[in-house]
Amino acid sequence: MSALSIRGLAKEYVRGKPVLRDVSLDVAAAGITAIIGPSGTGKSTLIRCINRLIDPTAGEILFEDQDLARLSGRALRLARRRIGMVFQEYNLVERLTVMENVLSGRLGYVSAWTAWRRTFPEADVARAFHLLERVGLADFARRRADELSGGQRQRVGIARALMQAPGLLLADEPTSSLDPKTSVEIMELMRDLAAESGVPVIVNIHQVDLARRFAGRMVGMSGGRIVYDGAPEGLGNAELKAIYGGESWLSP
Amino acid sequence: MSLVATTEGARRWVRFTPAERMARFAVYLAGVAAIVWSARTIEIIPEFLLDAPEQVADMGSRMWPIDWRHFWPEVWPALIETPHIAAMATLLGLAMGIPIGFLAARNATPVPWLNHLARFILVATRSIPTLIWALFFVAMFGPGPLAGALAIAFHSVGFIGKMFSEGVEEAARGPIEALTATGATPMQKIVMGYWPMALPTFWSVALFRWDINVRESAVLGLVGAGGIGVALNSAIDLIQWDRVALILLTIFVVVVVIEWLVTRIRERVI
Amino acid sequence: MSATVTRDDFFAPSIGRRLIYAGLIVYVVYAAATLGLSLERIERGIGYGARFLAGFFPPDFTKSDILPGLLESLQIAFLSSLFGTLLAIPVALVSARNLMPRVVSWSGRLIITFCRSFHPVIIAIIAVKAIGFGAAAGVVALTIASVGFVGKLLAEAIEEISEKQIEAVRATGASFMGVIVFGVIPQVVNRFIGFVAYETDANLRNSTMVGVVGAGGIGGTLFSAFQRFDYDFVAGIVICIIALVMVGEVLQLVVKRVFR
Repeated sequence: MSALSIRGLAKEYVRGKPVLRDVSLDVAAAGITAIIGPSGTGKSTLIRCINRLIDPTAGEILFEDQDLARLSGRALRLARRRIGMVFQEYNLVERLTVMENVLSGRLGYVSAWTAWRRTFPEADVARAFHLLERVGLADFARRRADELSGGQRQRVGIARALMQAPGLLLADEPTSSLDPKTSVEIMELMRDLAAESGVPVIVNIHQVDLARRFAGRMVGMSGGRIVYDGAPEGLGNAELKAIYGGESWLSP
Repeated sequence: MSLVATTEGARRWVRFTPAERMARFAVYLAGVAAIVWSARTIEIIPEFLLDAPEQVADMGSRMWPIDWRHFWPEVWPALIETPHIAAMATLLGLAMGIPIGFLAARNATPVPWLNHLARFILVATRSIPTLIWALFFVAMFGPGPLAGALAIAFHSVGFIGKMFSEGVEEAARGPIEALTATGATPMQKIVMGYWPMALPTFWSVALFRWDINVRESAVLGLVGAGGIGVALNSAIDLIQWDRVALILLTIFVVVVVIEWLVTRIRERVI
Repeated sequence: MSATVTRDDFFAPSIGRRLIYAGLIVYVVYAAATLGLSLERIERGIGYGARFLAGFFPPDFTKSDILPGLLESLQIAFLSSLFGTLLAIPVALVSARNLMPRVVSWSGRLIITFCRSFHPVIIAIIAVKAIGFGAAAGVVALTIASVGFVGKLLAEAIEEISEKQIEAVRATGASFMGVIVFGVIPQVVNRFIGFVAYETDANLRNSTMVGVVGAGGIGGTLFSAFQRFDYDFVAGIVICIIALVMVGEVLQLVVKRVFR
């Protein structure tokens, strides 16, 4: 039983220049799926098509008995509530506090008036505290997001995404702006929290080693197509060359 | 900042600390009090207000058709005079405002009493409205564009000086330290250090103020200080609404053109 | 062109710059001539000015119509800032090109340009014709000017906000209003408060001026004192205006600090 099922997805920003060509992918109900591939090959576009921050040109995205590609307006917002997203540059609302940023994960469930007055339900606030504790930032609840370091911001980003109680977690290069040590910590956090709440994760990632270490499944993309799909162990130099091209960067 | 008040085991989260709440509340309260006081005191005669749409409609009908023939020879010379007044006023304002701006900047002039004096001059010149300045200068130099240019120039000094001194105060300290290390005098530091660093501010202030001054120069004619306002004033006095409409349209076009020009120059220079 | 660079070459301004400077000087001379500037006129003017300044002393604060006039100016400034701000918010939201389709934002911009093009005093003249003499006309005039001013700055501030933060809020499934409340407002609110404080300050200054055309406030008193050559009274009023504006600047700083 797969949580997400993509069929024949295509995207053209400019007519006749497809970024995604006929991508099909099934994602299981648990575990981390890593998408690797060179820059500009459509990894971000693929992730953003899933929660429709970008509108696909063709194809189906089946998630919780709905075709996301066909939704719009209110139905789309309701579907987005079920999909959490972690961004490369954290994308926190910088002038808001950490707590407000985490609570913004509940925006799909409360009215604008409630959001304006910040009177979120008690259960939401309790859950936000719990998540902040889990990501190790309980003492930072009142700090403004722009006072935090990159690693701390990404922890808030993860807490915000999980605050939605999502059925799927998307992560668009969550470690690309972080140093190697913090990158590993963020990936560990994401793996552990996703496992705890039983959420499948799709993550775009540049560091192949990091992907191998955390993902149960690797998807290699090149030129807008999937060229490898399988276990990390099956990803050898030949496969990497097919994905990225060239070979001088590969370890012998 | 103890937000974790675990009275019943449930943690609560509020947006502001009590002190922040109090300060905000005080500002809101003062704002509301000021508004209520104003609204209760200002006499608004309901008949006049109800009458307003009718009056405006009436004015509109008198404005149409626009009296285009009035453009030459009455409006055109006044129209040409307006940008001249604005340009001369800006130049004069810069000539007075930049030195005072340097005096007001605490880093370029490390003499507190001079800073305070300069700041007082800047606030004082700025708080006297252009029209009042114009009244002074009309009394001194007689009616005409000269009084207008001086009026706008003196009113601009405050704005130019304030913005420029802020620009100077933002100048990096490193280069100034390097100049000090070479044994430069305060004047040399200004010429070789602060001035080059504040040059972008200078251009943006000069352009911004020129743009404002064009608008300002359009009203000076009301007190006889030249520009297109003179034509506007006489048309209003003679109740020639079709001419008023022409003049308002002319002002609108001039202002829009100048604003477009300023945006273009700004893109090129800054 | 010689290959060696001499001292003169290095420090001499380029031809283009020289032309610009020369053009500027020619223009200044020409413009000064059109303004009717002459030494003799300046000399005479300074003579008048000296007598004028002597007439200012001692400033007269005793006349009873200073305080009501000042308070009325203050009231005009408060009310016009309130109405102007309330009207400017929707206008700015409509004008922001990153929130609205092009046709909508163009119409918003047209409103802003129109409000900004005319000096408050010119609008006041029209307002006096429409609703009669008095403070109400001043409020209307300054409100229109405020819509233009705050509207323009706020629309620009909204256009400069970070798209990434908006994207993240949208990804949580927030509604359009939710995005505004958690994505747009936090990014612009501080600048907005700065604009409003600045606007109130500007309205305070302009409210002392609209009285000249009969739209209420201290300006009318000042204008008639001028026409009566009552210069010590003029000096009294002007000093009061300066004091009022200074108090306004201090208050503006306090408000900005409270809202950080």
